[in-house]
Amino acid sequence: MRPPRKEEMNPTKQVLGPDDVQRAATRMAHEIIERNRGLDDLVVIGIQTGGVWLAELLGSEIARIQHRVPVGSIDASLYRDDIGLRPVSPGAVSAIPSDVNGAVVVLVDDVLFTGRTVRAALDALSDYGRPRVVQLAVMVDRGHRELPIRPDYIGKNLPTSSTETVLVSASGVEISG
Amino acid sequence: MTGPDQTGNDQTGSSAASHCRSIVELGPQRVRHLLELTDHMAEVNRRPNPKVPALRSRTVCNIFFEDSTRTRLSFEMAARRLSADTMTFSVGQSSLNKGESLRDTIETLAAMGVDAFVVRHRSSGVPWAISRWTDAAVVNAGDGWHAHPTQALLDCHTLMSELSGSSPRRADLAGIKIAIVGDIKHSRVARSGIAAFEMLGAEVIAVAPRTLIPPHFSTPVTQDLDTILPEIDALYLLRMQSERMSGALVPDLSEYTMRFGLTPERVQRMNDNVVVMHPGPMNRGVEITVDPAELPRSVITKQVTTGIAVRMAVLFELLGSGAAQAAPETSTEVGFESQMEEL
Repeated sequence: MRPPRKEEMNPTKQVLGPDDVQRAATRMAHEIIERNRGLDDLVVIGIQTGGVWLAELLGSEIARIQHRVPVGSIDASLYRDDIGLRPVSPGAVSAIPSDVNGAVVVLVDDVLFTGRTVRAALDALSDYGRPRVVQLAVMVDRGHRELPIRPDYIGKNLPTSSTETVLVSASGVEISG
Repeated sequence: MTGPDQTGNDQTGSSAASHCRSIVELGPQRVRHLLELTDHMAEVNRRPNPKVPALRSRTVCNIFFEDSTRTRLSFEMAARRLSADTMTFSVGQSSLNKGESLRDTIETLAAMGVDAFVVRHRSSGVPWAISRWTDAAVVNAGDGWHAHPTQALLDCHTLMSELSGSSPRRADLAGIKIAIVGDIKHSRVARSGIAAFEMLGAEVIAVAPRTLIPPHFSTPVTQDLDTILPEIDALYLLRMQSERMSGALVPDLSEYTMRFGLTPERVQRMNDNVVVMHPGPMNRGVEITVDPAELPRSVITKQVTTGIAVRMAVLFELLGSGAAQAAPETSTEVGFESQMEEL
């Protein structure tokens, strides 16, 4: 939900390249399969907007290694705790691909920062049903958590200062600011 | 009652961006944004538990000085689905009957902590007046003959969704030909609807007796429904508002039905894929003499359902999204005052 923004003023530092992102996604897909001993009832759900591409990438990696699993997206903007404090521009409409009751849901986001987006996404998810387990996969964990939330699958741990901007996409990870 | 000035901003600190009072004032950018938000709200409404916590601790007050069932209930349901608290101010039981002025009433309610007023009034311009007296957001739920922006938004969203079928909702109405039939002159639904349809690129034709066309009307007009019937994509029937008709404008309702009503004969000649719309409540036997349920493509019930999502989008945009503060917009309400003088 935090739109990554490139600051023109500050130099941008590339931390991961496209190959690194791809390799990290492949490893995370293996970990997801290993942890869940097969993939019964597994659903991969990306958090709008930044988590959607990664959910799709993880979904296609899981399909390549094992078999296809449902991949969807969730928009948490109506559940945020900072509503009214800053402009909200929801991404695409939530698309939950299958019943989440009793399912193993892997929530996916590009960057884990304060944890507030994940908190909102957990609330949104619970309005669709009661998953058996919810796990969290992120490409970058940059620290500075403000809530007791911890990722299960991490592409890269990236120590940052809270004022820096982290930009994550399939073509790499950049820090600026 | 004074209308807005030419900049669309009134003289207080609150800018047009913190209200939803007319389509022209909203402008194309906000209209499109509200339609996108409506997609999200429609998804919420499709869930088994159609409720989100977005507007917890906000209070929405409905003030309806004019009869309304569907619009008032639709706003109330919209507010509740966003977890806002709602109050309904019923004019019949109020101190307005003890001679309290509208301004005092608004200021009293505002002091109780109202975040948004949803207002319907028989006089044009009342929502603008109210926004001068309070810092709360004002949503126009219909003012006189002037505007009914949420109706126009729900009409646009319903039509766009219907024309898109199962593919993602189209972003505009370019290339779509819409006939609006009926009492254009006394209809805020028509005024706001035409503004919104044209804003989104549709070609609108007004079909009405000359007596029911407002002066200084820039939309093409015809008196011949049958000629344009084969060319149109959507047919929007307006309600013949008997409570606003002071005789003489339409000599005879049965003649009106013959020339402008949707009769079984017209249904026969009409293209099967024409979308039929009506803002409700319908005068069966006047503007429509067929059962809409038997029409191949009537979206009249869908308009009601979409209404809730649209009103959720409007309330969320004003009270929750922070967009009103972020994107102040100067828009113009062209011709409002001259229009009112003519009327």
